[in-house]
Amino acid sequence: MSETVLPVENDIFSEATETRTRRMTLNMGPQHPSTHGVLRVLLELEGETIQNAIPDIGFLHTGIEKQCEALNWQQVVTLTDRVDYLSNLNNNLAYCLSVEKLLQMEIPARAQYFRVMLCELSRISSHLVWLGTHALDIGAMSMFMYCFREREDLLKIFEYFSGQRLMTSYIRIGGLALDAPRGWERIVKKFLETFPSRVEQYEDLLNNNPIWTGRTKGIGPLEVSRMINLGITGPLIRACGLPHDLRKMEPYSGYDKFDFKVCTSTDNDVWGRYQVRMGEFRESLKIIQQAMDGMPGGPVQADAPKVVLPDREKMKTQMEALIYHFKIVTEGFAVPEGEAYVGIESPRGELGYFVVSDGSAKPLRVHMRTPSFGNIQALPELMEGRMIADSIAIMGSLDFVLGDCDR
Amino acid sequence: MLPEEIKAEPLVQALNQFVIGGHKQHGDLTVEVSAANIVPALRLLHDKEQFNRLSTITAIDRYPAEPRFEVVYQIQSMDRNLRLRVKARLHGDNPKIDTVTGIWKGANWYERETFDLFGIVFQNHPNLIRLLMPEGYDGHPLRRDFPTHGNKYSYQNE
Repeated sequence: MSETVLPVENDIFSEATETRTRRMTLNMGPQHPSTHGVLRVLLELEGETIQNAIPDIGFLHTGIEKQCEALNWQQVVTLTDRVDYLSNLNNNLAYCLSVEKLLQMEIPARAQYFRVMLCELSRISSHLVWLGTHALDIGAMSMFMYCFREREDLLKIFEYFSGQRLMTSYIRIGGLALDAPRGWERIVKKFLETFPSRVEQYEDLLNNNPIWTGRTKGIGPLEVSRMINLGITGPLIRACGLPHDLRKMEPYSGYDKFDFKVCTSTDNDVWGRYQVRMGEFRESLKIIQQAMDGMPGGPVQADAPKVVLPDREKMKTQMEALIYHFKIVTEGFAVPEGEAYVGIESPRGELGYFVVSDGSAKPLRVHMRTPSFGNIQALPELMEGRMIADSIAIMGSLDFVLGDCDR
Repeated sequence: MLPEEIKAEPLVQALNQFVIGGHKQHGDLTVEVSAANIVPALRLLHDKEQFNRLSTITAIDRYPAEPRFEVVYQIQSMDRNLRLRVKARLHGDNPKIDTVTGIWKGANWYERETFDLFGIVFQNHPNLIRLLMPEGYDGHPLRRDFPTHGNKYSYQNE
């Protein structure tokens, strides 16, 4: 056995001081559990401090915008479900509103009330996924179980309405796919009765939890002016104290008939964003209750025989109805030439659909202004100078969906 | 030159020197400016008319018509609760336009996306590389002359 000679001049302390100034590049993702999808963030580190963060997206790019151009107007609704798969009803609504703007179509009040109610249920469901996974990332494991328990109730409601748990496609151009099933009040009411106590339960678990407060308070602030300049929307901007909510600013689908307040916080950090979203749980419940109480009767589809499929009974007895049915099914319907942009307040921020028609039965262009795409751009500014552990909390507070971002 | 319907709009008058067209459709005001004037026009809107937020930048391809591309800027004034759509037309051969990242930092990714999917070059952009498609990808998928099933590895060639 030969003796090994240790290099004495290379003492451990000098090496340590040397590495302290050396920059290291760390690949976070694409398969990191806290990135909620496939996001890669290139972190440039000095020790544990993030000097620069470069988000790299596109791993979930599926060419939905291109595919929209190959389908007819009504078929595109099914693709919008797959953009933001946690709040698909909001996507359905934004697309349908923009096409209805081009068609200049009046939607019956009953359909509008159902749209509002379902979008708010969808907002709660999306916020529940956010709360569960965000808390899981930070270390509060049990939250995930509780949140997904309630989400299951919501998915059952969606299934009851549309026959699908996730890809509902329930909101269609011209109204809804079909009228609400019998007994819908009962299951929605049951949810409304149980959920407020569940929100209190979440707050009991988190608000006084020293680990939770320690990891969220004061983390990831950014000045309002820089946020606006970066184009950030949704709970992030409301957490700076700015009441920017498209439901109030540009009321769509009859939101002006509902009484609710815009939740804001002045904390401007991960904690503030948590507070805003917890407040939105309660406001959404208020809106759902109002929609249930004031639900008007009447049809759920617009009186537009060239766009909306005719009633089955009419089809069997009336010649015109049969012709319209044949035309809509075989070639779709033409949308007048023009362009329209409608932005709605999705759980993540401004979700806008920009549709362009050349007068044919297929869109010339469907552009989605998705909130996650806009918000992820802020990652470098939010993360700069923070510790690696904070980056998880910051990413969680953005509440992005990569399907929404990459499309 | 300007359509009658938008002449009286205060925003059109504020932008008077730049506006070369536009329309008002379903309540949305659209103004068209020439591609060379896009930065001064948008800077004027940002500085003087409080359009502090950029919603999105995208493009429309009207192939085979020429000029085939329309670059579309959706901007919003949060204080005045107002939206405006600004457009610039570009010819199909060597389409390029100046970047607006100097006005809104958030324009960065929207311009990269438009470059990636339409092949429109944004001059003076800090980092104009592909965003959604992989590096070294050939072609710009959202152009109308790009087949929906892809230009290469398609099941239709098998």
